Amino acid sequence: MAQRSGMVEKRGASHWLIHAGMILGVVIIAFPIWLAFVASTVTQSDIISPPMPLWPGEHFFENYSKALVSGINAPVGRMLLNSTIMALGIALGKIFISILSAFAIVYFRFPGRRLFFWLIFLTLMLPVEVRIVPTYQVAANFGLLNSYSGLIFPLLASATATFLFRQFFMTVPDELAEAARVDGARPMRFFWDILLPMSRTNMAALFVILFIYGWNQYLWPLLITTDPEMNTIVMGIKQMFPSGDDFADWPVIMATSILAMLPPVIVVVGMQKLFIRGLVDSEK
Amino acid sequence: MEKRVTFKGWLLPLILLTPQIIVSAVFFFYPAGQAVWQSLFIPDPFGLRSQFVGLGNFEYLLGDPYYRASFVTTAIFSILVTVVSMGMALWLALLADRLIKGSGVYRTLLIWPYAVAPAVAGVLWLFMFNTRVGVVSWYLGLLGYDWNHVLNGSEAMGLVVVASSWGRISYNFLFFLAGLQAIPRSVIEAAAIDGAHFWTRFRTIVFPLLSPTTFFLLVVNVVYAFFETFGVIHTITGGGPQQSTTILVYKVFSDGFVGQDLGSSAAQSVILLFVVGILTVVQFKFIERRVHY
Repeated sequence: MAQRSGMVEKRGASHWLIHAGMILGVVIIAFPIWLAFVASTVTQSDIISPPMPLWPGEHFFENYSKALVSGINAPVGRMLLNSTIMALGIALGKIFISILSAFAIVYFRFPGRRLFFWLIFLTLMLPVEVRIVPTYQVAANFGLLNSYSGLIFPLLASATATFLFRQFFMTVPDELAEAARVDGARPMRFFWDILLPMSRTNMAALFVILFIYGWNQYLWPLLITTDPEMNTIVMGIKQMFPSGDDFADWPVIMATSILAMLPPVIVVVGMQKLFIRGLVDSEK
Repeated sequence: MEKRVTFKGWLLPLILLTPQIIVSAVFFFYPAGQAVWQSLFIPDPFGLRSQFVGLGNFEYLLGDPYYRASFVTTAIFSILVTVVSMGMALWLALLADRLIKGSGVYRTLLIWPYAVAPAVAGVLWLFMFNTRVGVVSWYLGLLGYDWNHVLNGSEAMGLVVVASSWGRISYNFLFFLAGLQAIPRSVIEAAAIDGAHFWTRFRTIVFPLLSPTTFFLLVVNVVYAFFETFGVIHTITGGGPQQSTTILVYKVFSDGFVGQDLGSSAAQSVILLFVVGILTVVQFKFIERRVHY
């Protein structure tokens, strides 16, 4: 952002008031995560005799290795792997199927084009949470329970990415396709050599958004995975709570929560520019 | 909007479309159709046969006090989530916009809760307000306030609202800040020269110019509160106490999977389908100026 020195921006005392306000906001926002981190570095007895400490303890490695290696129902290391496969599968799968269909819809005239367009458009409308029971029945009939395919494929059925690519292809100058046609290039040549390289940034931005979307899924993995070995980390946390009156193993649960948020947070902060671009694009 | 230059052929585009069509047909159109179909039946307790009841499930639902209560709960919940998350975000964005430098740093510090899954956010807030070990509830107890969201419906609602709004602040902040930075400085400075103070400038210039962003965020946040907060509610309250946090999406789940009342759950899906439809139309009416399909 360009430096500003307008007269509306404040200096001096009120300048510091603004910083104070911002810092207060940041502290409020960060506090729950700080607390979770602290809880993941202390012992259970530190927590069950409130108030718990507000500064990290010395049991970081103990709690995290316990979570990763043994966990409570299943090793968290295993759940991280499941989440990674699911998030990558959803992000790459969506990008793959939607860039192809956007190419077909934008660059061809064929019978039924409008119909397909509207059919795809309709899938924008209905989140999986709404059609949850019948979608579960379909997945069960296909034998997809407790499988990676079951975690991934039903969540590919949404057209956001298709529309994003469509929007982008519309802005690609017609001259490029014209030139390719004059040179006698086949459509797929044009797609590979021109369209795909041009779409790289869009694909990366979309990847960031879809990876987070896939990683953070909750209801669908909750239904589709009954085997703890197939749980994803985000849904597995809830399964770590005891059903009765026992104390939950908070240090391990909080270590798991930190591990569950780490990959998407790294993606968002590390690829901030792409992330913001993807966010703005996908809501346009 | 159409492309002027296109390629010939009909087989290739159909092949290109096939993956998306198959996935949509199997996991979207068929299940959505099933939802509509099942909403017309009541299965017997053993799931062997089902009886056609026409619109009976819908009639029953609309007369069911629990379902109507769930509608009210959803309305309260989504209004609160929208107001809390947008209010906080606007406050922070207004502050950040007035900084000469450093707003980039704050942006980095503020955006990452967006990446935290609603279900994980739920666990974090549950931990802070846990009736036995929670830090916040313990200090509240010290102040003489006996926090117990397990028994108290409004405290449960408050907790799920805050937990759902928390990660959403980042998202709204980004859009508000972008909106604010798009307002020409000269307009605001002209008003400042005329002696308009911050609050007057906000009311008469900034807020009206920000209204497209605000309206867009309003719709998006309502959609979020309706459909994407399942994880928060499932981890914190499980819809309770006495269904005081059972929003519509949660009820589809609990009636369908816990209660095994498939007909009713399907009818609820169909009703939600209409709600989504209306929200989508509103959304598209608003953005059609920017987007041409």
